[in-house]
Amino acid sequence: MRDVAVVAFACSTAARETERSEVEILAPVVREAMAQAGLSVQETGFVCSGSSDYLAGQPFSFVMALDAIGIWPPKMESHVEMDGAWALYEAWVRLQHGDIDSALVYAFGKSSLSSIHEVLTLQLDPYYLAPLGADAISLAALQARALLEGSQYTEADMAEVAARSRRDARSNPMAQVTGDASAEELLAQPYTVSPLREHDCPPVSDGAAAVVLAAGETAKRLCERPAWIRGIDHRVEPQALGVRDLTESSSTLLAAQRAGVFERPVDVAELHAPFTHQELILRDALGLNGGTRINPSGGALVADPVMVTGLIRIGEAAGRIMGGTAKRAVAHATAGPCLQQNLVCVLEASDG
Amino acid sequence: MSDPVLGIVTPIRIEYTFTAGKSRTRFLRALQERRFLGQRCPSCSHVYMPPVGSCPLCGVATEEELDVGPKGTVTMFCVVNLPFYGQEIQPPYVCASIQLDGSDTKLFHLIQEMPAHEVRMGLRVEPVWVEGEPEPSMESVKYFRPTGEPDVSVDARSAARA
Amino acid sequence: MAERCAVVGIGQTKYAARRDDVSIAGLVREAALRALEDAEMTFADIDAVVIGKAPDLFEGVMMPELYLADALGAAGKPIMRVHTAGSVGGSTALVAASLVQGAIHERVLTVAFEKQSESNAMWALTPKIPFQPPVVAGAGGYFAPHIRAYIQRSCAPPDIGIKVALKDRRNAMRNPYAHVQDPNISYDMIAESAMLWEPIRFHETCPSSDGACAMVLTNEAGGDASSRPPAWLLAAAMRSEPIAFPGRDEVNPRAGQECAAEVYRQAGITNPREEIDVAEVYVPFSWFEPMWMENLGFAEEDAGWKMTEDGVTAFEGELPINPSGGVLSSNPIGASGMIRFAEAALQVRGMAGEHQVKDARKALGHAYGGGSQFFSMWIVGSEKP
Repeated sequence: MRDVAVVAFACSTAARETERSEVEILAPVVREAMAQAGLSVQETGFVCSGSSDYLAGQPFSFVMALDAIGIWPPKMESHVEMDGAWALYEAWVRLQHGDIDSALVYAFGKSSLSSIHEVLTLQLDPYYLAPLGADAISLAALQARALLEGSQYTEADMAEVAARSRRDARSNPMAQVTGDASAEELLAQPYTVSPLREHDCPPVSDGAAAVVLAAGETAKRLCERPAWIRGIDHRVEPQALGVRDLTESSSTLLAAQRAGVFERPVDVAELHAPFTHQELILRDALGLNGGTRINPSGGALVADPVMVTGLIRIGEAAGRIMGGTAKRAVAHATAGPCLQQNLVCVLEASDG
Repeated sequence: MSDPVLGIVTPIRIEYTFTAGKSRTRFLRALQERRFLGQRCPSCSHVYMPPVGSCPLCGVATEEELDVGPKGTVTMFCVVNLPFYGQEIQPPYVCASIQLDGSDTKLFHLIQEMPAHEVRMGLRVEPVWVEGEPEPSMESVKYFRPTGEPDVSVDARSAARA
Repeated sequence: MAERCAVVGIGQTKYAARRDDVSIAGLVREAALRALEDAEMTFADIDAVVIGKAPDLFEGVMMPELYLADALGAAGKPIMRVHTAGSVGGSTALVAASLVQGAIHERVLTVAFEKQSESNAMWALTPKIPFQPPVVAGAGGYFAPHIRAYIQRSCAPPDIGIKVALKDRRNAMRNPYAHVQDPNISYDMIAESAMLWEPIRFHETCPSSDGACAMVLTNEAGGDASSRPPAWLLAAAMRSEPIAFPGRDEVNPRAGQECAAEVYRQAGITNPREEIDVAEVYVPFSWFEPMWMENLGFAEEDAGWKMTEDGVTAFEGELPINPSGGVLSSNPIGASGMIRFAEAALQVRGMAGEHQVKDARKALGHAYGGGSQFFSMWIVGSEKP
């Protein structure tokens, strides 16, 4: 396996944006990442992005982003209709071939254009599930109920995840939601969709992120402390909610095993958990006990630009390594209802 | 036993509130003043209309604004005969790539007030605006019509390249 | 160094205007099962799945790989979904091959599909975007101006498009999967059909089809172990350029030229016109054949139409183009690119049945998308590289 590292990461401040278009949000983020890496887009070997047409409300919506990048002369460029974390995976795979040494990965999305949680209903089986009209919040609530009934976890545990995330977000300038409320104070709020309260759910965010990958000597040249990808894997489960155990994330466990998470202790984990109860499920799947710092960025609960959130987790985890505050980090990304599909990435410092 | 169910119809309705973006907002406001606004790239000096805030060649932010047109030249075009869902104009009609004077990119719009078969590359055209107060929308330009000026020679090769 | 990659299984569905007999899952499984059967494998043998399709608006299902995970035997496996506009079928095959070339997986199932009868393809291609007047009537309305420009600059005779359509629709009669199969198709029938976007007539236009195409890709060991002849991957490349910029040549795009140059370089081909035996090229509107002949370096600029005129691209010609009937005969949009890649592989495996080109040893598969801005290509051969 060829050594590939994250050498740069930038993202926009998550917010409901009424003034800037997708291109205008993305363009400065890409420029910042390229400046960090000290590379031009022309010099990279491959460009790969993640975004969604149904999010944008128009077909071929990824095409408009190319105006922000400067794809000239013609480049090897590709796109997945998935979270940017999977675009990063595609770029990592391509770098394994050995003929190119760097890649630009980016993702963008404006969840505020529509009712995002209803749009996500369209991800469901169109014959049996979508016509029921179950939106993403309701499905998550169903999963939360299953967890509360089938485990030792309580609503207070969920509230604690929210309280911690909001507190940590105060030191993240890119976060949309911050707060000082304690778990008890949050628990006093009414349900939105029982057993979920507002703090258990993600904000509606618009945003973009960019990551630069580089291989071997190129990575060492571009970055003082590259975040080496030591393992990366992703797995999917059947979609139907009655066919799988919603209180476990078997695909996260499998991906984690394949990515080598369990070989050594983890300093920092950035988990893509848009709902508080999902962080509890993911921590179990990843075997993260008290020793690991979870979501120092605040995670998806404080900033959730759909199609970007997973890529941001990889960027944030890599950022801790590039910044010298962590030696071994795990980043996780998810897609589909109730953690149906999961990607796990293990990042290490050179001496990690 | 009743007939098997071969399909179901599931109506989907999603409402989107699109964001014009800063550059396009300025472009649309200029349309309300019957002006076409372009942006120039500080790196390659090309002028983009409609502007998107970024140069697709250089990847650099484009902020310098300037008026282009209102007249322009037809570069490429086609005659649409096909009726389609959502169509608002009766076919046959001409749809053309128009390069407004001063712009380096082209605009796609209708050509009217000339029989379709007389439209040609190099035809000089000008916009016809809606009556009354224009909206901040490309629909404030009803169509382009010939100006009567002599044709500009447009090499078919550069028509595709300009 | 990239690992070797082989195509050991190919499966296609019957292409039709409406496949009312299968659900979306049923459609993709039909192609996947045929590919697996051809590869003498089952779902259990597959390590990863890569699926591709055009905009989700065509079926009204967002990120359908999630719903289709079960149907494609992907539970517990990685699944990815590629979307690069019209070239997607090709890019999907390249992403799948990339997993094998990068030594990540040994056996990858790749599928591309479109069930556009579920929604409304014309609407999905021409939605009312705010701030813009709805002038463009679908893809044909976008490309017709480029075709006019080509005809003007090349001085091509006005009926080249008719000749391309006639050839492709006749070729389709040899392909049991093709959508449009009319034994009575003739020059006059095409010439007299309705003019849609001048100069494109009804019979010079691709149909709107439901369909799926699948392939099983393996590493070298898998290719060697295959009891049927594999198609060896000799070259793979994709190139993109922006849709609108000054100096852009939309008729002979640089991204296409450079993508072709890259695959020829990888395959060690110096004279493509001589060394490529057959090509499956993405021609959705008849005039794209002469345009792509030039873009691919098979003909000099402005001379691509002569290849059609002289019968070079005919089934019995020196360089048959689209012996399967091409996109003009079957067009499930998301799958069309992969069908080109799969048909190229079928040719060098000697398994193209009635539309087999004699002695096909090296074949080019080509796909393009967007405003002629996304290109993906591969070259496959009967001999290991």
